[in-house]
Amino acid sequence: MIAFLIRRLLQGALVMLTVAFIAFSMFRFVGDPVTNMLPQDATLEQRTELQERLGLNDPLPLQFGHFVTNAVQGDFGISYRNQRPVSDLIAERLPATMEMVFAAVVLSLVIGIPMGVYTALRRDSWLSHLFQGVSLAGISVPTFVTGILLILVFSVWLNWLPSFGRGDVVEIGGWSTGLLTVSGIKALIMPVITLSLFQITLIMRLVRAEMLEVLKTDYIRFARARGLTNRAVHFGHALRNTLMPVITITGLQIGALIAFAIITETVFQWPGMGLLFMQAVSFVDIPVMSAYLVMVSLIFVVINTIVDMLYFVVDPRLRVDAGKNTTGA
Amino acid sequence: MKPIEKTLAMTLLATCMATGAAHAKTITWADTSDVYSMDPHGQAISPTLAFLHHIYEPLVRYNKELEIEPALATGWEVVEPDLWRFTLREGVTFHDGSAFTAEDVVASLTRATHPDSPIRGNLPAVARVEKVDERTVDIHLNGNYPLLLNDLTNVYVLDKTWMDEHGALNPVDPSKGEQSYATTHTNGTGPFVLDTRRPDAETVLTVNEQWWDEAQHNLTRIEFTPIASDATRVSALLSGQIDMMLSVPLQDISRLENAPGFNILETPGLRTIMLALNQSPETLGDSGTGDNPLRDLGVRKALYQAINMELIRDKLMRGKSRNAALPVAPAVPGYDASLDERFPYDPEAARQLLAEAGYPDGFSIGLDCPNDRYVRDEEICQAIAAMWARVGVETRVNARNASNHWQTALNGGSDVWMFGWATLPMLDSFSILSQVLTSPHDKYGAWNPGGYENAEVDTLVEKISVAQDEQERLSMIAEAFAITKAEVPLIPLHQQPLIWATNDNIQLPQTPDNKVRLWYATVE
Repeated sequence: MIAFLIRRLLQGALVMLTVAFIAFSMFRFVGDPVTNMLPQDATLEQRTELQERLGLNDPLPLQFGHFVTNAVQGDFGISYRNQRPVSDLIAERLPATMEMVFAAVVLSLVIGIPMGVYTALRRDSWLSHLFQGVSLAGISVPTFVTGILLILVFSVWLNWLPSFGRGDVVEIGGWSTGLLTVSGIKALIMPVITLSLFQITLIMRLVRAEMLEVLKTDYIRFARARGLTNRAVHFGHALRNTLMPVITITGLQIGALIAFAIITETVFQWPGMGLLFMQAVSFVDIPVMSAYLVMVSLIFVVINTIVDMLYFVVDPRLRVDAGKNTTGA
Repeated sequence: MKPIEKTLAMTLLATCMATGAAHAKTITWADTSDVYSMDPHGQAISPTLAFLHHIYEPLVRYNKELEIEPALATGWEVVEPDLWRFTLREGVTFHDGSAFTAEDVVASLTRATHPDSPIRGNLPAVARVEKVDERTVDIHLNGNYPLLLNDLTNVYVLDKTWMDEHGALNPVDPSKGEQSYATTHTNGTGPFVLDTRRPDAETVLTVNEQWWDEAQHNLTRIEFTPIASDATRVSALLSGQIDMMLSVPLQDISRLENAPGFNILETPGLRTIMLALNQSPETLGDSGTGDNPLRDLGVRKALYQAINMELIRDKLMRGKSRNAALPVAPAVPGYDASLDERFPYDPEAARQLLAEAGYPDGFSIGLDCPNDRYVRDEEICQAIAAMWARVGVETRVNARNASNHWQTALNGGSDVWMFGWATLPMLDSFSILSQVLTSPHDKYGAWNPGGYENAEVDTLVEKISVAQDEQERLSMIAEAFAITKAEVPLIPLHQQPLIWATNDNIQLPQTPDNKVRLWYATVE
């Protein structure tokens, strides 16, 4: 287990270095930040001087070297746009994104799994057909369309929910949370629905397919032959065995949700990391962009490692195999 | 508490709350992007400076008619051509209660012109600033310079003691990885005080009861929130979450006009949208010919006359834009109405001119455009490409985000490229004459990568830069515009509209510089 963890961490570090390097080589195609930082009638001299001072004329390996040396020490530089340390900016935005993403994950599991089980067990009921139909819509409508539609209905027509922002937040030890105020929770509803719609349908379809597969296997037949109740067969045996892929997909999807959050955050002006990244891209705020990409790759690496470790918990066979491997090695 | 007392207390409480609500006048408003920094010398970006004007103030300011009027300075005189003496206002205090003095002006202007200062370019002529006495400062210039007052409207005054206490006497330098106390804290003399700020979410100001000027507004609170998505911003206004928005998308105007309870404010802005024509001797990147056809005046004029601006205004801009023949808007000093008449749209004449220039079958050319900066920027380019194709010039539109677009264009990599010029922060024709129409040399021609050069214009710009007499200066500007109009180094298209929308209980002036001045706003 420890050897596995160390191997994983080394791989993770390599992944992050690669991401940072690819990101850096792309920045030259994003444009020149200097035009955004100076007034339009700035002289040629002022422009070249600023480019020089920001180190934009240095060769790429040198810029990259600077970035890695500083980043290892936790220093991601100063944002060109906000003139504040990038690490502060990310720390401010992280809670907003994380609350939204985790709320979306919880929602998609709480709704997606029961729907999947139901449609697998009652394949021909009208409710199953309805779920299937709705899920098709959920999977095919783009996020920003869902978001705008929700705003139109619940903000403009019904005036129930705010169309943008996070509502009132409470600071708890550097973590700003919107979960403790009414306006914060109201503000969370539409972004979470928008973000989780795709996930709900994905998990529902996944659970359904896996469940149908599992229900055909021999041990379910034996379980029935043993005279176990339907409930014990379906939830104790069948569902448990369908959860492996669900865990994998959910884990991977958390990363994807953080990335997809860019669109949801833009639509709802949700002050999270995705919005920060979008603004950084349009301003060519290189320090923020590079820190964000490294952060996201870190999140992916961490989540994948956790998912791999959860396998050990859920699947007893892996524990046996791992034991053999370590003794064998 | 006995029931009767309880009722009484409740009534009292309710009354207090009701009267409190009657006095509280809040404006919640939104624009596309956030105020970047609270440091008035930290960014030279117009919307940020406009917002900070509510907290900080300059020596002189623009009023709602865009005329310069005294603010922290009550008067000034030109002692020598390169020495201006300013008399400062008495009885002004900063938000923390300390008095405003000559020391503060000296420290602030020194900070703004410090070699590391990001806004140093906004005060190009200032050599040094000296205190004469508590109420007087001298500003020494590098030479004759007629636009000092314009420049000073953008440079705000901070308290010296406060800066000193918090180590903020020097400006921030993003390249050095420092951050300043002033980036997140404020202490100004302006009509409003910073209450709370959550970057990219909300910035709240409350009224400064101690403001030196007589308040024309009746606000007690301002809440500013950036909303990047156009649809969300309009929805927020329609659902009553905000009272006012800037940058109303053209397609939503009729929707807001039809909804009850909203006002639409619109005016042609200062920003003129233009096409720059690359006249460098090298072959054009996208042209199929050996020489650069844009070096021929006939070709440039043909491209000009092939564009149907009426059609673009009526169809793409929904009748809201103002077609332009000069690169400056009417509100900019130096604008000359007699020159502001476009060469007529005439595809036949364009074909004729192309034939005379030796391109009877046309040529091919690239048209580079931003797709996220101006109103319908990419669509305008597509329309122009179709119009040019009709006279035989095959046009390839290359639309990208503005940062990429500028990078290519300013390095001379574009054949024809779109750009806008608002003459801000200077608000004078000299801005565009010196940086776009003068040949690149010394501090001139930063936005002239195509290398347009006319010795007469260059000489005029030198003279304009030091002219003392305003009438003479304006007539030289007109002369320079007349020359550049005839030589077509760029094709002015139009001034794009500025469209704001408010609840109909709000009254506020709209100026063509697109700056919100809420100290003129009233809420019923």
